[in-house]
Amino acid sequence: MPAFLLKRLLNAAGVMLAVAFIAFLIFRFVGDPVELMLNEQASQAQRDELRVRLGLDKGFVLQFATFVGNAVRGDFGISYRNQQEVFTLIAERFPATFELVLVATFLSLAVGIPLGVYTAIARDTLLAKALQFVSVLGVSLPSFALGILFILTFSVTLQWLPAFGRGETVQLGWWSTGFLTPSGRKALILPGVTLSLFQITLVMRLVRAEMLETMRTDFIRFARARGLTTRAVNFHHGLRNCLMPVITVTGLQIGNLIAFALVTETVFQWPGMGLLFVQAVTFVDIPVMAAYLIVVSFIFVSLNTLVDLTYAWVDPRLREDAIAGGANAR
Amino acid sequence: MKKAGLTRKNWMLAAVAALALSGTGGVPDTASAKTLKWGAAREIASLDPYSYGDTFTLSVLNHVYEGLVRYTGDLKIEPALAESWETVSPTVWRFKLRQGVKFHNGNPFTAEDVIASLERVTHPDSPLKGNLPAYKSSRKIDASTVEIEVNGPYPLLLNDLTNIFIFNKPWLEANNALLPTDSGKGVKGYATDNTNGTGPFVVESRRADSKTVYVKNPNWWDKPQHNIDAIEFMPIASASTRVAALLSGEIDFTNVAPLQDLPRLAASPDVKVLQTNELRTVIFAFNLKDALFESDVKDKNPLKDIRIREALYRAIDIDAVQKRAMRGLSRNTGALIAPAIPGYEASQDVRLPFDLDGAKKLLAAAGYPNGFNFQMNCQSDGLVNEEEFCQAVASMWSRAGLKPNLSLGPRSQQTPKRVKGEFDVISFGWANEPMIDAYSILIQVMRSKSGSGGVFNWGNWGDPRIDALIDKAGVELDTPKRIAMMQEALKIAKAEHLFIPMHQQPMAWAMRNSVAQTVQASDNKPRLWLTTLK
Repeated sequence: MPAFLLKRLLNAAGVMLAVAFIAFLIFRFVGDPVELMLNEQASQAQRDELRVRLGLDKGFVLQFATFVGNAVRGDFGISYRNQQEVFTLIAERFPATFELVLVATFLSLAVGIPLGVYTAIARDTLLAKALQFVSVLGVSLPSFALGILFILTFSVTLQWLPAFGRGETVQLGWWSTGFLTPSGRKALILPGVTLSLFQITLVMRLVRAEMLETMRTDFIRFARARGLTTRAVNFHHGLRNCLMPVITVTGLQIGNLIAFALVTETVFQWPGMGLLFVQAVTFVDIPVMAAYLIVVSFIFVSLNTLVDLTYAWVDPRLREDAIAGGANAR
Repeated sequence: MKKAGLTRKNWMLAAVAALALSGTGGVPDTASAKTLKWGAAREIASLDPYSYGDTFTLSVLNHVYEGLVRYTGDLKIEPALAESWETVSPTVWRFKLRQGVKFHNGNPFTAEDVIASLERVTHPDSPLKGNLPAYKSSRKIDASTVEIEVNGPYPLLLNDLTNIFIFNKPWLEANNALLPTDSGKGVKGYATDNTNGTGPFVVESRRADSKTVYVKNPNWWDKPQHNIDAIEFMPIASASTRVAALLSGEIDFTNVAPLQDLPRLAASPDVKVLQTNELRTVIFAFNLKDALFESDVKDKNPLKDIRIREALYRAIDIDAVQKRAMRGLSRNTGALIAPAIPGYEASQDVRLPFDLDGAKKLLAAAGYPNGFNFQMNCQSDGLVNEEEFCQAVASMWSRAGLKPNLSLGPRSQQTPKRVKGEFDVISFGWANEPMIDAYSILIQVMRSKSGSGGVFNWGNWGDPRIDALIDKAGVELDTPKRIAMMQEALKIAKAEHLFIPMHQQPMAWAMRNSVAQTVQASDNKPRLWLTTLK
């Protein structure tokens, strides 16, 4: 197990380095921060000076090495735009994104699982067919369109929910939370639903497929034969056997949600990491862009590694493959 | 079992959440204090006015910090922290400071503060250094008198000083912020997150990207013409969300109302729209180097031929652009600067008429009856409706027989290409801010590249006659003479069709009826100290 662990961790580190390299490479071509940092009146000499000061005159390799060296120590430098530590900026915005993702994940399970079960059990009813159809719409409707639609309906017309922002937040140490105030909870609804819609359909379709699969197995037939109630068969025997993949997918999707939150955050002016990133792109704030990409990939890579490790822990066969050095060991 | 426990907890959470949600009857409003909720299009860079050379950031922070002088609602310079001034010699200005002014922390305002601030803003590491280009040194005469020395005779010191805000020296010292922040060297700043100004409003709390609260400064030296107790500044980047927030009453005011939503906003009984034109003049500028950047004409540059430039000019149906691309809201212009900018002349504000046949004839006469290819660089997030008007103009040029190849992209992507001169035609906007004088466009855009001038002369369009006039105007202290020189320079540029003037771009503010009145100047800066609420 320690060898396997080490291997997985080295893998993860390699992926992170690759991401950092790509991030850096891309941002070299995004644009010139100097042109956007100085206003109309600055002279050429001042522009050149700033370029030197930011280290932009140095070679690509040197810039990259400095960046990685600092990033390993948790130092992502200082934002070109607001001259604040990038790490602090991201840490400040993280709770907002995380709470949004939490709500979306909760909604996707709370709504997706029952719908999945229903569409599987009663798959010939009109309602189940309608749900299946609507779920296709849910997948294909872009979240910005959906968000704007929600805002028009629930904020402008009905005036029930706020159109933007996080409402009042409470500070718990460095963590700011919107869960503890009425306006904070209200503000979570529209962006939470917007972000969760894709997940809901995903969970629903996954549960439905797994349920259909499970319901065909012998042990369900035997359970029925034993005279158990339909309810017990469906939920205790059927659903329970479907939950493992659902939990896995949900876990892996958290990374995706954090990344996709970018669009939702822009529509709802949700002060999270995604909004910070969008702003950084507009102003070619390279340290912030690079750090965001690295933080998000770090979350992705960590989740994946964690899932892999858990699987290996559960299923020793995977572990042996890996130690034997199978080319496609996962 | 574990799984069951998890599900049960989930259900409990759901129940709690549902309970909590049903119990919300709206947030209690903080008393009857008059609060203005301002929904802006973007966040300010920081609370340190010297941290980023950005006009919008400065305009917001102007509510907290003040300069020695300031602009009135109709863009005239008036005394602020300085009571009066005189020129001791062509290069030395003496400022008499206002007595009895206090910073937000209670410290008195003195000559030391002015000197420390000027040194901080002109420090080599200061991103705002360019806003005070002529500064040489400053010295204290007595507690309320300061002398500023400039590099040479320089007529625009007051204009520059309108945007140089004054910090408190003891406060800077105590917080180790005498030097500007420096992202290159990793110098962070206390002033980035904390403020101590003399202005009409005090920063009460700040959460970047979310909400910054400014409350009234009860000890402001000036007689308040506003009745605002607090301003809640909230950036809302998405235009449709901003409009929705205004319609639903979550914000009272926005300084960026999207043009396409104006009819809808105006139709709402609770919302007023204030619309005018900005100082920013939009023009098309050419690549006038020896060869085109991207074209089927390889050996020479047709754009260097004045007949071609005139043909391009005549082929533009400005009324159609104004009506369709700009939704009838821009102001067509023949001049290169807006009417409010010193140096403007009504006689130059006459366009060449739209004349498609004339354009075709000119092209034929110049030897290109079948036109030629060229690249047109426009931005998708730069000027107001830039994509729309660029597309409109490109199609008009095609109609004249030319083959423009429109390259559209975000500002961050297009700017580096423009700076390197990798274009044949660009759309370009110049507001002459923060100086508010034609000298700005002359020295930065039109001057041939030299030590300090022509930073934006990306297409090599300089002219020795214009250069000479600019250099003379830059040291002329007699205002009428100086303005005449600038007008002469602009006249040459116009006669040569060095640029195609298009329009002053529209700007629109929108506010709910809770706002009784405000002042909207063409520099597009909200001045909430001149705003009253109902």
